[in-house]
Amino acid sequence: MITASHNSFVSLGDVMATIFGINLFALSGQLLVGLINGSFYALLSLGLAIIFGLLKIINFAQGAMYMLGAFFAWMALNYMGINYWAALILVPIAIGIIAILIERFLVRPIANEDHLYSLLLTFGIALILQGMFTHIYGSSGLPYSIPDELKGGTKLPFMYLPNYRAWIIVISLIVCGSTWWVIEKTKLGAYLRAGTENPQLMQGFGINVPLITTLTFGFGVGLAGFAGVLAAPVYSVSPEMGSNILIVVFAIVVIGGMGSIGGAILTGLLMGVVEGLTKFFYPEASTTVIFLFMVIVLLIKPAGLFGKEA
Amino acid sequence: MKINKLYLFLIALALVAPTFIYPVFLMKVLCFALFACAFNLLLGFVGLLSFGHAVFLGTGGYVTGYLMIETGISPELGVLAGTAAAAVIGAVYGKLAVKREGIYFAMVTLALAQLAFFFYLQAPFTGGEDGLQGVPRGSLFGIIDLSDNSAMYYFVLAIFLFGFWLVHRTIHSPFGQILKAIRENEPRAISLGYNVNDYKWAAFVISSALAGMAGSTKTLVFQLASLTDVHWHMSGEVVLMTLLGGMGTIFGPVVGAGVVVTIQNYMSGGELGNYIHIIMGVIFIVCVLAFRSGIVGEFQKLMKKNFG
Repeated sequence: MITASHNSFVSLGDVMATIFGINLFALSGQLLVGLINGSFYALLSLGLAIIFGLLKIINFAQGAMYMLGAFFAWMALNYMGINYWAALILVPIAIGIIAILIERFLVRPIANEDHLYSLLLTFGIALILQGMFTHIYGSSGLPYSIPDELKGGTKLPFMYLPNYRAWIIVISLIVCGSTWWVIEKTKLGAYLRAGTENPQLMQGFGINVPLITTLTFGFGVGLAGFAGVLAAPVYSVSPEMGSNILIVVFAIVVIGGMGSIGGAILTGLLMGVVEGLTKFFYPEASTTVIFLFMVIVLLIKPAGLFGKEA
Repeated sequence: MKINKLYLFLIALALVAPTFIYPVFLMKVLCFALFACAFNLLLGFVGLLSFGHAVFLGTGGYVTGYLMIETGISPELGVLAGTAAAAVIGAVYGKLAVKREGIYFAMVTLALAQLAFFFYLQAPFTGGEDGLQGVPRGSLFGIIDLSDNSAMYYFVLAIFLFGFWLVHRTIHSPFGQILKAIRENEPRAISLGYNVNDYKWAAFVISSALAGMAGSTKTLVFQLASLTDVHWHMSGEVVLMTLLGGMGTIFGPVVGAGVVVTIQNYMSGGELGNYIHIIMGVIFIVCVLAFRSGIVGEFQKLMKKNFG
């Protein structure tokens, strides 16, 4: 595009595409990639924040569960002929059930120990899952094609918007938004928030706290599975996909603080956009920019942008 | 007195060990044992779980490797420089990390380590994916040629014993007592007037320097510094060694490192290599659920019950 502007036969579109020497096509393209990454960051950090609220633990297997979601979608299609749309519903449920079993039989026995143990436990689970899938499928990625209904794209004034990418952003916003609404505005959400504040008191009111805790864990991990299915057509399905994104999400969680559900979603999206912008203006720093952002937040506001604790 | 006899016996054992065990394997164990001892100083004695300790191991390795290749300085100076570099990064990272506690501390250290990982991946002096290969071992003080494995072994042993002694000294000093007080009851330590964050930071710097020393030594032994040493897997491995051996015990990390390195060596050859991460994951889960004191911790409990 930049070379085209030196040509004497410049079309109107090309003139519009380059303002102040900035290639708007490339910029909006990177912004879109940023928003998509941000959608995944938001879904994953939302899951982590929900689980942290009630259980006070960090699920190190969240990335592995995201990877598992993508693999389940791939396996469902290739072994059972279950298509994308069914997988989008069924896989998160399956992952949620696995998570419920993990909570019930592995996490709960050590619920009263130091929370670092549950971090190490879920780290072990992540290692096993990643090791298993590397062993079976190798470390190179598997392809998963975009569903027919979402193939193609739309031409916008400054960019070409592939339909599937638009779908990722819309559906993650809907899922994150409705999760936020349920937690902040409904009676079920009120139980959840009360359980976060004072589980003993809530148990005293006759509410089954252990059940709510288990279901919350299932839902939070199920979100990661959902993100995994959503990611399968855009990133290649590989055993490494979970661990790479999880460490970034950890930095995002430190930046946003886990005190607020809305904060977790917003920080996720925002960091995706920051990453996208960096990819455009200074690509060498695109892998590190979120970590650098975390350093700055730690220096200025150690509790995190939305953090409550001192 | 009894404990001194034990130490003397173990040192004597380490001195004669290379006559019946392959020295490179022993050196690998000693390097990881030092790394785990450094890590255990934080986790076991201050209660801080650093999930990014690989960055110090890797930094030590890269700095030593680069200097040995480019300037040809003698190995003792190479190790010293690697250790110093790791200490400097530890000082910066520690300042940032102690701002948060518990689970957040683990996440911050992991994220900072990943920052360094991506930096080393792109930096011109690390050799990227290939790493620094063919690092010369050089001659110790310009006299003793270290390309001979048994000479190298005694050099590594000396470094390990120094590091082990330093950790031991730190733990049993008044400074170490305050660290333990912070681990047991941080609010009380604050109310007694201790600036808890400064103590945590100091422990973090000592730990990262020793981890760097382990990395420098490891680079000399294998004549290689690579991205493997800064990867988060490595950070996970040192957690596993310490947990398995027994965190908060003096010998636990050494035993844990010995067991993990033995498993890795045994498995890396054949088909079993694929299972290494699965097995490490299983060990993690078993340790957390049923074996939290680790090998040395359980052994001490057993001794106390039967003979104590």
